[in-house]
Amino acid sequence: MTDSAANGIDQDLVVHLGKLARLELTDLEVEHYTIQLEQILGAITSISEVAAADIPPTSHPIPLENVYREDIAVPGLLHEDFVPGAPSFEDDRFRVPRILGEST
Amino acid sequence: MTTEYNAVITEFDPIIGLETHIELGTKSKMFCSCSAQFGGEPNTFVCPVCLGMPGSMPVVNRVAVESTIRMGLALNCSIVPWCRFARKNYFYPDMPKNYQISQYDEPLCINGYLDVTVATENGPQVFRVEIERVHMEEDTGKLLHAGGAGRIHGATHSLVDYNRAGIPLIEVVTKPILGTGVLAPEVAKAYVAELRDLMRALGVSDVRMEEGSLRCDVNVSLSRPGEEWGTRTETKNVNSLRSVERAVRTEMIRQADRLRAGERIIQETRHFNEETGDTTSGRSKEQAEDYRYFPEPDLVPIAPSEAWIEELRGTLPEIPSVRRARLQIDWGISDFDMQSLVNAGALELIVASIDAGVQPAAARKWWTGELTRVANERHCELGDLTVNASDIFEIEGLISAGDLTDKMARSVFEGLLDGEGSVSQIVSQRGLVVVNDDASLIAAIATALADSPDIAEKIQGGKIAAAGSIVGAVMKATQGQADAAKVRTLLLEQLGVTE
Amino acid sequence: MNDLIRQSAATLAGAIARKEVSSEEVTRAHLERISQVDERVHAFLFVDPEASIARAREVDQQLAKGALSSPLAGVPIALKDLLATKGVPTTCGSRILEGWKPPYNATIVNKLHAAGVVSLGKTNMDEFAMGSSTEHSGYGPTHNPWDLERIPGGSGGGSAAAIASFESPLAIGTDTGGSIRQPAAVTGTVGVKPTYGGVSRYGIVALASSLDQAGPCARDVMDTALLHSVIAGHDPHDSTSINAPVPDFVAAALNADVRGMKIGVIKELQGEGFQSGVLQRFNQSLEILTELGAEIVEVSCPHFEYALGAYYLILPSEASSNLARFDGMRFGIRVDDGDDRSVEEVMSATREKGFGAEVKRRIMLGTYALSSGYYDAYYGQAQRIRTLITRDFVAAFSQVDVLVSPTSPTTAFKIGEKLDDPLAMYLNDIATIPVNLAGNCAMSLPIGLAPEDGLPVGLQIIAPAMADSLLYQVGSALESALIDRWGGLLISEAPSL
Ligand SMILES: [Mg+2]
Ligand SMILES: [Zn+2]
Repeated sequence: MTDSAANGIDQDLVVHLGKLARLELTDLEVEHYTIQLEQILGAITSISEVAAADIPPTSHPIPLENVYREDIAVPGLLHEDFVPGAPSFEDDRFRVPRILGEST
Repeated sequence: MTTEYNAVITEFDPIIGLETHIELGTKSKMFCSCSAQFGGEPNTFVCPVCLGMPGSMPVVNRVAVESTIRMGLALNCSIVPWCRFARKNYFYPDMPKNYQISQYDEPLCINGYLDVTVATENGPQVFRVEIERVHMEEDTGKLLHAGGAGRIHGATHSLVDYNRAGIPLIEVVTKPILGTGVLAPEVAKAYVAELRDLMRALGVSDVRMEEGSLRCDVNVSLSRPGEEWGTRTETKNVNSLRSVERAVRTEMIRQADRLRAGERIIQETRHFNEETGDTTSGRSKEQAEDYRYFPEPDLVPIAPSEAWIEELRGTLPEIPSVRRARLQIDWGISDFDMQSLVNAGALELIVASIDAGVQPAAARKWWTGELTRVANERHCELGDLTVNASDIFEIEGLISAGDLTDKMARSVFEGLLDGEGSVSQIVSQRGLVVVNDDASLIAAIATALADSPDIAEKIQGGKIAAAGSIVGAVMKATQGQADAAKVRTLLLEQLGVTE
Repeated sequence: MNDLIRQSAATLAGAIARKEVSSEEVTRAHLERISQVDERVHAFLFVDPEASIARAREVDQQLAKGALSSPLAGVPIALKDLLATKGVPTTCGSRILEGWKPPYNATIVNKLHAAGVVSLGKTNMDEFAMGSSTEHSGYGPTHNPWDLERIPGGSGGGSAAAIASFESPLAIGTDTGGSIRQPAAVTGTVGVKPTYGGVSRYGIVALASSLDQAGPCARDVMDTALLHSVIAGHDPHDSTSINAPVPDFVAAALNADVRGMKIGVIKELQGEGFQSGVLQRFNQSLEILTELGAEIVEVSCPHFEYALGAYYLILPSEASSNLARFDGMRFGIRVDDGDDRSVEEVMSATREKGFGAEVKRRIMLGTYALSSGYYDAYYGQAQRIRTLITRDFVAAFSQVDVLVSPTSPTTAFKIGEKLDDPLAMYLNDIATIPVNLAGNCAMSLPIGLAPEDGLPVGLQIIAPAMADSLLYQVGSALESALIDRWGGLLISEAPSL
């Protein structure tokens, strides 16, 4: 029942996914992942055979609802707690390389 | 050649839509217990959760949910019986987890409306703005761009402060607003102002626009009458009332120019330039991110009970439009006067002044007169002026005690706006003393009469109107610090004339 | 007390409480064992002997003052390296977090600390818990103490191997699709995946948030019950944590009685794909359970055949989002920094170099499954299948008290054997995955050695959500019958290293 055309996996898509996921994939990886994604999806597309259109999805395994915390502020971390673990920190702020793309 | 605004309307119908993000005024953040207050030394209101540390987990702030429900109720929305948070996935360094916890296809409040009033030549006109949805999400951190004049372009690197990351945001999305015609920019502005007033009235946010706590995305499209809706653009991050109006106007003109030249409108985001009022091209639809939304698995659904919703409904204050109608009757002023003081952003300031003890007429006079003039002169909002209700109460007290004239009061305001200190300090520093003792006024009158000997005769001869020039001379001699009415009375007494 | 490292946690705790031995002596004995064997086993990524000894002394002092009453006070433990430990390296088996020390503790870690349990260190794992062999660790594989050329299971191979090699009496694992149970099965130890929400996830670096659950690892059922009692309970920092009293797992383990119980054998989890020696031991266990007074019933869970497919869409989807934060901006390593590089490039280079092949493969898969145009066919459909699998369990539990199956279709395979075949690797978890999808609880316990290779076989007991006590009741009944036959725990058959 595997319809390889339907899942659209090809090298261009893999390159696109790599960009979306911020992975600087090598050409070899693009090749590998193209084959492996195709294989994995091929092996699991049997799930699409299951007629489940009227079945409600389960996103949480337990039926909890309405879990809240009270609006009380408590002191946060000190710089000494997290600055040693930061790759770059300057002027009390996290230093990041220049940004080219725009935000949402 | 640029189309004049009015010419746009002769040919096109505008359709506008607004997405407004407002920071809620909770004590703690949306998903962690860090302080949500503005400012603070960089990266001091942070914890593993809002820094996106591995292993940390969000927990929803109850007050943020309640505020959103109350806002939804005030906007005449339905509160859904069950909804969830979703993750909006995209990489950006101001967002610690590289996903934003937001709501996607299951917003908490849907299908409401807000009536807004716009002043027109034919009197106030009410527009019903339909609300598509109200939902909750979290704010991002704040970027500081180093090098490149503080702008993102040309910067060598950026610095991130996550104090703001995770502050609760409410997002209010309108349905397309049709039929505004020439009033589109005013409707947009009035809508945002009304939304702001509503948030303040509900106490869910004090909406400090100058701190960037309200941000609008403005959608605009044009179509020729009877034709299909045109392609829309979305102008991002328009952060003041004035900018909302300008953004709609400039985008209408820009689109009309293109359409007239036979060009297409490209569906894209655009950026508003606060300085020039222009919009510039951003990301096109083709470049749009694929956010890969899915239900946030670290949080459980929100399922407000009827009882909870009704309890929250019971906490709603008088909504601003109803309150305005009541105040207008109390003050006995016309639709036009009410609308213009609302447009000037003076309503709350006047109410606050009255609450501080100022007479309603006096409060209106100062805020819509002198202070509006100064705000216009200084290109700022009335609320940004460093004059408060108790200052006005104090000044009014001095005026009614005869210690200050209106003209001197204007000088006190000037001093307040220039940060010269309190009312009493300014009065004494600027030497603002009403010359009130009869002896010195009589002496000044005598001097003035001596300078213009013929005038006394004229007055005594029945030309009482001639008294004006003597009063003027006395006022000039006392540097405006005398009470003109009193000078006139004394002058006539001196000359033995009765009116 | 002789041979401290071979005692159960319960025995050690009792001896420590009676002052027959100190926590310091017990801790030293285990540290000594680690220094002797871990070079070969490689169960640990981080050990700080001085800190462990200092902590043991503290516990001894608290015990002397009577300031600590806990059933496991003074007993050492090994922590899977994806538990955040304040000031102690936490790598999740990944190079991307090399050297990172969290500024906070996982809730479990705080609970263990409060209970006087002494940490020996952090254990090896498949990178970000993605794997069934611990070969995908960024720091080299862990070796199965039964045969050092074989895998110890995964992702919690380090925790299981630490226990099986007597380096620690207790360990914490996490189980997203079998990462506690499958390593327990292939190392001849006991592991429990609690009901989803039964143990706080706060501070456990998330793989797939809707599936992850931490649980106890030990050499016998009672020790897992004791450890489970210490780490269970509601946590206000975890919105998905169940707010209900913790059942008495220890009492359940003491009540080793299956008389009158109905035990269901899942039709779909036997036969094809299962090693013959595994099935042989499994069937023998069913006979023992029958002898003990239980009734064995076959039940069908028809949608289990889709569990693997649903799992390999849900897990990568959630993981692709959970792992987005590893971008080299706020913590961990940063690669190819420099003013000529953009943030997009540095993030991509950091993730490219910091993540291993399996992690990248699953991030790619998840990114794909969530992307627009594919969401409904993949993630959406997987979530609906999840509902069907849950309904299969509900139907099964309407007929029986607990379900059983082999934990893993095979015994431990050779290191490197399946490394290049992700699909073959994924099949290891075929019997454990349905439990995570439904959120209920399960235990794996050793039931003997497969005749063909002499390697341990595990049996999985599955109970409904919130009915974790049943695992301990049935598990200890089966375990004591096996001990009677063997004259001791299976693990005592393991090579001495
Ligand atoms: Mg938004
Ligand atoms: Zn925080």
